[in-house]
Amino acid sequence: MLYAILCYHDEDFVGSWTKEQDADVMKKLAVVQDKLTKQGRLGPVARLLPTTAATTLRKDDPPLVLDGPYAETKEQLLGFYLVDCKNLDEAVDVARDLGAANPGGAYEIRPVGVFNPGSVTP
Amino acid sequence: MTDTAWIDAALTSARPQAVGALLRYFRNLDAAEEAYQNACLRALKTWPQNGPPRDPASWLIMVGRNAGIDEVRRHRKQEALPEDEAISDLDDAEAEIAERLDGSHYRDDILRLLFICCHPDLPATQQIALALRIVSGLTVKQIARAFLVSEAAMEQRITRAKARVAEAKVPFETPGAVERSERLASVAAMIYLIFNEGYSASGDTAEIRSPLCEEAIRLSRLLLRLFQSEAEIMGLTALLLLQHARSAARFDADGAVILLEDQDRALWNKALIAEGLALIDKAMRHRRSGPYQVQAAISALHARAEKPEDTDWTQIDLLYGALEIMQPSPVVTLNRAVAVSKVRGPQAALDMIEPLASRLSNYFHYFGVRGAFLMQLGRNEEARVAFDRAIALANTSAEAAHIRMHLDRLMRDSKPAAAKAVK
Repeated sequence: MLYAILCYHDEDFVGSWTKEQDADVMKKLAVVQDKLTKQGRLGPVARLLPTTAATTLRKDDPPLVLDGPYAETKEQLLGFYLVDCKNLDEAVDVARDLGAANPGGAYEIRPVGVFNPGSVTP
Repeated sequence: MTDTAWIDAALTSARPQAVGALLRYFRNLDAAEEAYQNACLRALKTWPQNGPPRDPASWLIMVGRNAGIDEVRRHRKQEALPEDEAISDLDDAEAEIAERLDGSHYRDDILRLLFICCHPDLPATQQIALALRIVSGLTVKQIARAFLVSEAAMEQRITRAKARVAEAKVPFETPGAVERSERLASVAAMIYLIFNEGYSASGDTAEIRSPLCEEAIRLSRLLLRLFQSEAEIMGLTALLLLQHARSAARFDADGAVILLEDQDRALWNKALIAEGLALIDKAMRHRRSGPYQVQAAISALHARAEKPEDTDWTQIDLLYGALEIMQPSPVVTLNRAVAVSKVRGPQAALDMIEPLASRLSNYFHYFGVRGAFLMQLGRNEEARVAFDRAIALANTSAEAAHIRMHLDRLMRDSKPAAAKAVK
């Protein structure tokens, strides 16, 4: 089963990392990702631009375009992974590995219902 | 990340909100700073043992307020507060208390803190120094290094700035809509100044000063998070990101300036460009144009051009035209002339800048640009005179070196440079 691992963290805090700290975290995360890639279990991975770049469309009638992320929260959705796992335990293990590389914040683990791999190559 | 690195990042990110709230309680910059410092010392002692608090800013505000409260207790009656020990690090009660204390204040707290630093009584250099010290929490040593002055001189500059701010009596009531928007505009201008202080570095100092650019971007993003629908703050943030994206390509190995059209565009930072373009896109939807948005839009056109010859100079000319109306200045006209030279040729551009001569008679870039237009027209002798004047007015060794390169080229090409004229 495919699991989405949604990454939440305090954006102010992540934004206060020095370039070296940021690079260090990314390097540690890459180790976990490499392992998953070798096992053929890693789907798309995305790091989102800051929520200041976000726009929200409320599907009212007529639809309402609002600046900023969907919810004003202490921690924000900053990125996601899609990982193939046999069961929830495995997905939690992957999240634990990622969490060891990048402590703080939270991962929301969500089983994927429909997945279309798409065709974009950035 | 190590514990210490984690704590550093947490303290840095919590600082504007915490100092801003403490300033509202104590109504005195020194008292607020001291209370914050005390809270930080406490954090360094207890966080590694007890684990990080869920909400570092609230923790620092609570502890800082308790630490500073004895000082003011004699003067004012205060609401009784729980002891530090009663504030459990991972207890939700802590956030609740902080919520009650702060509630909706934090936006205005941070804005007030920034606004105090850019009080109109303060000269620009003092504004920047004060903001970097108070809001960003850089040490006097770090700021002195970035400004290339001695620590003692910087210490004095900041002390003077604080004294002036104390006399200025900034109101502590929640600001009204008009006042808030005025504050926002001053703060935006100050953030732009911080950025320019870092950006105008020459090649040999760029490394030392680029943290100023990064700090300006951090503050600008912070401001935009507080005021999510302000098109000009989107424009400001976009402008800083798009400019800073080029930093790795701006100087050669010897520290000499590389002009935009000669830069290796592969060195431009694509993530910063993507964020800048996203923000300017967002801003344009508001149809409330302003100088930062227009400048960001100009920067965006450069960023979007994969090769220099792909640059949409016609559009850039139009945007500078809009900027001239919003913010008339000879420097804007000078910049527009560069676009005009690409669209309508060097003669039209030269005609455009002739009337600026008296107002820009001490401006390095005026003579650099004038020399370049004259050179393109094959008027080498006049070009040489303009370049000589530019060298005499150069602010950095990199600027002088760049002009000298033009002069060398003139010396080499004894024949008219008409062949080099822009298509």
